[in-house]
Parts: sequence; structure tokens; C-alpha cells
Amino acid sequence: MAKTASKQINKAKIKPLRFDTDWQYDPAPESAAAAQIEPEYGLFINGKWQKPDSGQYFDTINPANEKTLSRIAVANEKDVDRAVRAARNAHEKVWKKMAPAERGKYIFRIARIIQEKARELAIIETLDGGKPIRESRDFDVPTAAQHFFYYAGWADKLNYAFPQKKLNPLGVAGQIIPWNFPLLMAAWKIAPALATGNTVVLKPAETTSLTALKLASILQEADLPPGVVNIITGAGATGAALVEHPDVNKIAFTGSTSVGKIIQRSIAGTNKRSTLELGGKAANIVFEDAPLDQAVEGVVNGIFFNQGHVCCAGSRLYLQESIAKEFIRKLKDRISTLIVGDPMDKNTDIGAINSKEQLNTILRYIQIGKKEGAAIHQPACSLPKKGFWCPPTLFTDVAQSNRITQEEIFGPVLAILTFRTDDEVIEKANNTPYGLSAGVWTDKGSRIFNMTRRLRAGVVWANTFNKFDAAAPFGGYKESGFGREGGLHGLSPYLEINS
Amino acid sequence: MPINKNQTRLSVLKTYKLYIGGQFPRTESGRYYTVNDADGNALANACLSSRKDLRDAVTAARSAFGGWSGKTAYNRGQILYRMAEVVEARRIEMIRELTDSGSSTAQAKKEVDACIDTLVHFAGWCDKYQQLFSAVNPVASSHFNFSVPEPMGVVGIMANNKQPLLGLIQPMAAAIAGGNTCVIVAHTDRPLAAISFTEALATSDLPGGVVNILTGKTSELLPWMAGHLDVNAILMSSKDNSAWKDTQLAATANLKRIVSLSENDALSPYRILDLQEIKTTWHPIENIAPAGSAY
Amino acid sequence: MAGNSTTVIPPDFRRTAPVDQTGIEERAARFTKRSIKQSSKRQALNMVLNMIDLTTLEGKDTDQKVRQLCYKAMHPHDELPNIPTVAAICVYPNFVRVAKKALDGSGIKVASVATAFPSGQSTRAIKLADTRFAVSEGADEVDMVISRGKFHAGEYNFVFDEIAAIKEACGQARLKVILETGELGSLDKVRRASEIAMYAGADFIKTSTGKIQPAATMPVTLVMLEAIRDFYYKTGIQVGMKPAGGISKSKLALHYLVMLRETLGQDWMSNEWFRFGASSLANDVLMQIRKETTGQYQSAAYFSVD
Repeated sequence: MAKTASKQINKAKIKPLRFDTDWQYDPAPESAAAAQIEPEYGLFINGKWQKPDSGQYFDTINPANEKTLSRIAVANEKDVDRAVRAARNAHEKVWKKMAPAERGKYIFRIARIIQEKARELAIIETLDGGKPIRESRDFDVPTAAQHFFYYAGWADKLNYAFPQKKLNPLGVAGQIIPWNFPLLMAAWKIAPALATGNTVVLKPAETTSLTALKLASILQEADLPPGVVNIITGAGATGAALVEHPDVNKIAFTGSTSVGKIIQRSIAGTNKRSTLELGGKAANIVFEDAPLDQAVEGVVNGIFFNQGHVCCAGSRLYLQESIAKEFIRKLKDRISTLIVGDPMDKNTDIGAINSKEQLNTILRYIQIGKKEGAAIHQPACSLPKKGFWCPPTLFTDVAQSNRITQEEIFGPVLAILTFRTDDEVIEKANNTPYGLSAGVWTDKGSRIFNMTRRLRAGVVWANTFNKFDAAAPFGGYKESGFGREGGLHGLSPYLEINS
Repeated sequence: MPINKNQTRLSVLKTYKLYIGGQFPRTESGRYYTVNDADGNALANACLSSRKDLRDAVTAARSAFGGWSGKTAYNRGQILYRMAEVVEARRIEMIRELTDSGSSTAQAKKEVDACIDTLVHFAGWCDKYQQLFSAVNPVASSHFNFSVPEPMGVVGIMANNKQPLLGLIQPMAAAIAGGNTCVIVAHTDRPLAAISFTEALATSDLPGGVVNILTGKTSELLPWMAGHLDVNAILMSSKDNSAWKDTQLAATANLKRIVSLSENDALSPYRILDLQEIKTTWHPIENIAPAGSAY
Repeated sequence: MAGNSTTVIPPDFRRTAPVDQTGIEERAARFTKRSIKQSSKRQALNMVLNMIDLTTLEGKDTDQKVRQLCYKAMHPHDELPNIPTVAAICVYPNFVRVAKKALDGSGIKVASVATAFPSGQSTRAIKLADTRFAVSEGADEVDMVISRGKFHAGEYNFVFDEIAAIKEACGQARLKVILETGELGSLDKVRRASEIAMYAGADFIKTSTGKIQPAATMPVTLVMLEAIRDFYYKTGIQVGMKPAGGISKSKLALHYLVMLRETLGQDWMSNEWFRFGASSLANDVLMQIRKETTGQYQSAAYFSVD
């Protein structure tokens, strides 16, 4: 036809784009001074800060520089018992008797105070957990507030959710949350429990207790009646004591599948109800007709969001063969613009790995991937000397049977596989004991509905990934756990529903 | 059946077999046990199913799951209604089998009628429970977001209930109305009506493998069911505390859902919901703004 | 032909890559989260100033107005030494000669709109004559508009051939092809129009005339940058980008620079390959540069309006 059409090109001479630009972003650190962290925290039981019976404390550190941030109390069995008794007492005497609309108003209040203290909470979350300040500021804290807002409104409307049913709260909920989204997980657990009339004993993960403890002071500020929410700290033994306490009616746990199974065994034969939100190995499937650049964003967000410390992370990427090469090129270009480093820098995309232990796990899997014969790609990036770091990592030439395809790594490591047909990729995607989430990218509506229906997972993102909302139920199939959190479906796990 | 004293003709005794994948095999173990009437007289021999029969039944249920859950809800409803029709046709036989094994005639009639009515009732639920338990979720971003119930998969049902037939049909109907397939262990002491029911199933339009029925000892089969990694859920009574606990312990292997089988509220759509997972789906909404706004 | 050498073959333009609007908007919003401070901000402001096509496209334009604009282009703000000039000035064809003379020796380019700007509603012959006139008057660059009506009617070959013909008429002048994205209606069509323009020989693709709202937006520009990148990887041909209209604040311009940096990288980070079509952006950039230099917040009263 015309000009360009007559041009000769030599594909071999086309050089990759260069992202090591002359123009660089200067550091833009958030100020740690805008947050107040106490040198030492006790246990929050019955509305008051209490010294632990154990007399023991442990240090919580900033994983980005390994400096100690505070000392945290260790709750032993007696402390757990005190907390459960406080929760029982508050449930019987105050909370279940309170007019539901009044309960709702307390929860609304909590939501508002979280919003007011959003900046401080974001800073503490980032210092304690290592996630980029952009994420704690733009995602964790606002979404936590949204959960309280959402469930606050349900408190006096439960009879509309379950028409003609007799509803009762379960009683005392023991809640154990992970270190990847500390404040947000506390909100996911506490908000629906309170709205349905339960009282709570919450145990944050030992590496990330600080925002939960800050939340305790927010509860005080909101004048929440003593004992309605108790926050106790410690490691696995504290969690076990809470699970095993005979006067706990409900266990809500988010964490690994292996610990979830331990909890299930420990409550077997009891009347305790449970909700488990466990591991995953989500397939993210890209068809040749997909909006590829948006799919690249979805894949990056799917596996590098929060350093890949996400149970629903899209850790298995299935590319249709015809676009695999182009897509991997786009992906490599994209990850060379990711900024790895100081989580407090507003420009950081990938922060610190949450703990040394987790870093070792991730590095072990990277070694396994190499040994299994997969090709590794990591962009050039300079990592800080102190702290725990892992660059974004892609593995290509991966087989379905490789361990990096089968096992949850919980880090910024993506296994890339290819497929040819819809049936083949469905079979491969479902070929896992997990069933938490999945992603599918295609421009064809009818294929989206076929895929989203056949993928055996509790959350399916089509042409998007890693979206969360207080109104949207979240939870797994199979070994990814059971029960739902969020939305209307997040209410029943905290209710006794009778005809 | 024993020989009727008033007849000179020798009755043809019925062989009670298993129902797996739409076929009627004998137990691979070759074992059997004697089923007695209420007075302790032998009525018939039934298969004493082994763990291998259980394994085969789970395999059959798993292969049937894709097809059954993929049928339209309307079609599933039609098939459940057809099941009611064929049971109605065998009403007399089933009543006799219940009375033979100890029910009064009135009880037996009531139970069989309730079974038929249960099938009709759940035939009607097939294309409605989704509307009760689904939601369009108002998320705070430009996405269409909805949650729907989906079947868990292969469900084990321990039907050791006071009412040997109704106690099987109620949970079965809830399970299959919701698109699950199931492996049912019939009432140990009173399995005969259940087996005749499978003969009705075989002549209904229900695809083979959607419902599989074993006879034998619950205590022998339950641990294998609980530990089986391809079983997604078990419906059983929580009254026997030690079996309940042991099953929960074994079920942690694949985190299968253990659901307490309740006789109350058996016709409620919540019994369908007990065997459903909720799936939440997200999709972006293109929002080409009206004139004056940027896109 | 050598092993790797192939001919650029235009694709079937009915089948261009789909674009998901929500995804594009999310990505565009992410660029705005980059915090540009200190020396990187000073460097960026200078870069922005140097990328501006200082524009006047008014019915009331006069020789004097154009000469003033040229002075401004060469001396953005006399109080600030060591600041760059703008990249070009952009005028109607009948002012090209005046501008060319005023800018003589400065290195600043003269860009002329052409092809029945801004509507493009005329015959091929008139559009070609318009272009040839601008070039003969000395235009270094020609900013043409595509025939949106034909584009919407699916007559992609017509649009393609027209661009190719104008390109030929440009001779040595660089051709910027204005898609007028505010009239295209969807991001999929922005992507399609971008590809038609590039395959037909555009040296730059440009969002808007400035006469239609919405003009340049970050999502639209991102779609075009991605089209440029994919075209580059397919053909090895580098095409420039010019968002025009609606970018009047430095802060927004810095967001665009971030988007450019993270989409196309180093090779596009100069006014040879990236331009801002703007009239009031220059003054805001100058105010920001002065603020960065003096530490004081500035007032518009201290910067000449043209």
C-alpha cells in the first residue's frame, strides 16, 4: 500500500526497550515520625492493657532493616483464658443484649476512626510488615475501613438476609490472622463477628502485631464495651491455646493449609464452628485474544502485589502458545520497571519479604525451580544490604509436574506454562488440591463464562486480578478452606440459623 | 423372600446388589450379610460392601460430576421429577419392603409417600435455590461482581436413619438437586427398599454415577470415605460422637466438608446450600463516560 | 533477502488488539502515584519544557501574536538562566513563514497544522495542497488530522491511503497524525487508529486537535504508547507520541513523563520522540521551576501570558 509497507526490517536488529533511563526517581520516603509506636505492648483484655501472665515479651522487627520496633507480650494459656472469659462475659452481659442498631453504630465508629488514622496505620503496617507504603496507604487501610463500614450496616438488618429464620450469634469467636495483611485481616474477622453479635478474641501473627494493637487503642477510643474485642499476642502456642479453649464457639483462621489442618484436627468432635481461609496456587490464564497489556498488569499485580505474600496470588501463569513469546517479552519489560526496595518509599513497588524464615522458604523454592530445569529471569535491581529481599522472579520452561507449579511459594515467584486449547487449560488449572482463586483473560464473553464456571475456585477474576471488596465474598474450594468472608455470604459463618 | 405359605408356587428370591455407575454389580469382596425382619427372621442377603466398592463408587461419582453439574438446572429438575414418577410406580413394592423390615403399613405408606413428595419438592428447587443464594455485589470499583452457589462435587451420605428410605432420599435429593453426585451408604439393617429404589433410578433419566448406593457396615466404610481424597463432603449424623470426631479427624486430609445430617428442616433450600460452595466472579465494566468526561 | 529481513505488512485493521478500559485506567492511575521530588523533579520540569509544542491555533491569531509566541519559545523566562527552550511552535499554515523567520537560528522547529484542520472535512486534493503549502513555507513538521467519518464507517484503507499520501507530500517534514481521540468513542478504536497511522507512515501519533473535548487523557495516551511499543517490536520503527490539549499543569505533565518512562523507556525520553501540545503548560512549568529554584510559591502575575 504505502510508505511503511515497503520498508525492509531486520527483526534480529530490533533492540529491547531500555528502562535504565537517565531520568530516575529520587527517594520519596514517607515519614516514620507520623506514627506513634510504643516501646512495649501488653495484652488488650477486657478493654484494658494488661501485663502478660507469662511475663514474657518478644521483639518485633522491621524486615526492611532488621531494627527492633517494639516489644510484644506473649500470651500463655492463662492469658488466653482471661481473654476468653472477658469475651464470654461481654457477650452474655452486654453485646448480645444490645440493640442491633447500637452495635452497628459502634462498628461505624470504628470505621471512621480507622479513616481518621489512616496515615498512621499505613506507616505502622509498612514498618512492621515490609509492604510498600503505597499498598498499605491505598489498599490495606482503606479496605479495612470499608469492611467495618460494610458490616456495621448489617447489624440491624440480619433478618432481611435470612428471612423467616431464627438467628443467634455463636458466642465467642477465636480469630487467628496471618502476617500478609495484618490490619485488613483483623477487619475481615472482627467486623462480621461484631455485626452478628459475637464477641472476639483475636490473635495477630507474631511478626506483625502492631496494627492490631493500634486497632485495640482505636476500639478504646470508640468506647467499645470492655471485652467485646480482646487482642492477644504471641506465636503458635498462643494460637493453639485459643483454638483449644473449651469456651470458644467459633474459630476463624486465615493462614497456611498445614496449620488449618492442625486446627481442624484439634477441634474435631467439638461443637466449635470454623472458617478457614488457607493457601492457594491460582492459575492465571491468558488467551490469545486477550487485551494483552492489561493482562500483563493483571499478571504483575497477581504475583508481585504484596511481594507475592497473598494466598490468592496468581502464581501459575498459563499462556496460550501463540502469544507466549510476545507475552513473556512484555512481562519482562514490565518487571524491569518495578522498583524493589525501601517499603517506606512512596515509589516502591516491591517491599521487603516479611521475615527471614519466609525469605529462606522462597529462596529454597527458587533453587528447586532451577534444579527442576526451569529457566529463571530476574530483572537487574540493587537490593539493600540489611533486611530481607527477593527480586521479582519469572520461571519459564516449567512443567505441570514441577514443584514450583504444584506448591504454594508465597513469594514473588511466577511459574509460566503454555497451553493450546480451552479444555487442556481447564484441566491443568484445576489440577491442584487448592481452589482459592483463578484468573482468565480473553476478549470473548462466551469463553469467559465457560471458563469462570468450570474453574474450581472460590474467586474468579476475569480480565482483572487481585481485586477485593467488603461486599464481595471471598473464600476457597477444596484445600483452600471453607466459609466465606465478605459480603452477604460472610454473615452466616457467625450465625446459628434455625427455622 | 420366604415362601408364602398359602402358595404352592416357589417364589423367585430377589438378589440385592449394589448400584454403582448405573450398573448393579455384586460386591467385589464376595462378602454378604443377612438382612432380617423385625423379628429376626432372615429376609434376604445383601452385599457387604468393601472399601474397594467404595472406591469404585467414588470413581463413578467423580466421572458423573462434570456432566451432572453441567446440565441445565431445568433439566436436573425434570430428571428429579422423573425419579418421583418411577418411584410412584414402585410404591407398593417399596412399602412392602419397609413393612417386611419392621415398619407398620401406615408408617411405610407415609414414608414412601414422603419420599415421592420429597423428590417432587426438590425437583422444584433445582432451578430456584440459586436465585435465593446468589448475589450481585456492589463493589466500590468499575467491576461487575456476582456470587453464585456451585456444587461441592462428590458427596458421601451416611443414611443410617430411623427411616431407611426417606433418610436416604432427603439428603440425596438435596445433594443432587444442587448438582453434586453422591455415594450413599444405605441403612445397614434395613437396606432393601434403598436397593429397590436404585432399580427405580436405573429406569429414570438419572445418568449413571450421579447416585451410587452401597450396602454394608457404616462403621467399616465411613473411615475410608472420610479419608478418601476425592470425596468433597460427607453428610452424616453427628449423634455418634466418636464416629463424628473420627470422621472429622480423617477428613482433614483434604479438608472435606463434614455436614451434620439433620432431620429437621429437611426440605429447606438450606440443605442444598449445605453442599454448595460460593463462587465470586469479577469482571471489569467499561465505562465510556457521557460527553464532557474523560475516558 | 537476508534471513531475518522481512517486509512490513500492514495487518488487517479490523482485527487490532483489544483494550480493556478499566485495566487501562487502573494502570494510568498507577503512574500518578509516583512521587517525583527534588532533583528528579527539576530534571523532569526541564524535560517537559523542552518537549512542548507551544501552540496557537486561533481564528484571531495575527503575525504579531505568532512573533510574540516565538520570542517566548526562545526565551521562556529571562529571569531563569539555564533553562531549555521549547521544542517547537505550532501554528496554522499561513503563519509558518512568520514563525520560521522569528525562530531563525534558534533550533526550535515550526510545526504547522494542515489537511483542513481541525475537522478534516475536505477533499484529498485540498488536504494535499494545504500540506504542500505548509511545507513550502518552511514547516519542519506537519500535524494532520485523520478522516474520522471514514474511520467510523470502517473505510480503513481510505484513512490509510490518505495518511500515506500526506506523508509523501511532506517530503522531509515529519508527519504527526492527529487521531482526534475525543471523537473515536472507545479505546479499542484509539488503538486501531494508532496502528493505521503508524503503518501508513506517521512519524508521530497525536491525540487531539485541542478543539474537541475530551482532548488528551492519560488512558488514551497510554493506549497509544502501547501501540507505539508493539509497532516498534514488530517493525523496528520508532514512532513519536504527542498528547495535545488538556495538559496545562506541570504535575500532570510529570505523570505523563512517568508513563512514558515506564512504557517506552529511555529511547523516547526526548523531544525528538515525545511532545506536549499545549499553550498554557509552559507557564506552569516555569512557575514550578522558579519555585524549585527559589523555594517560594509563585504567582501567575509574574509570567507573561504569551
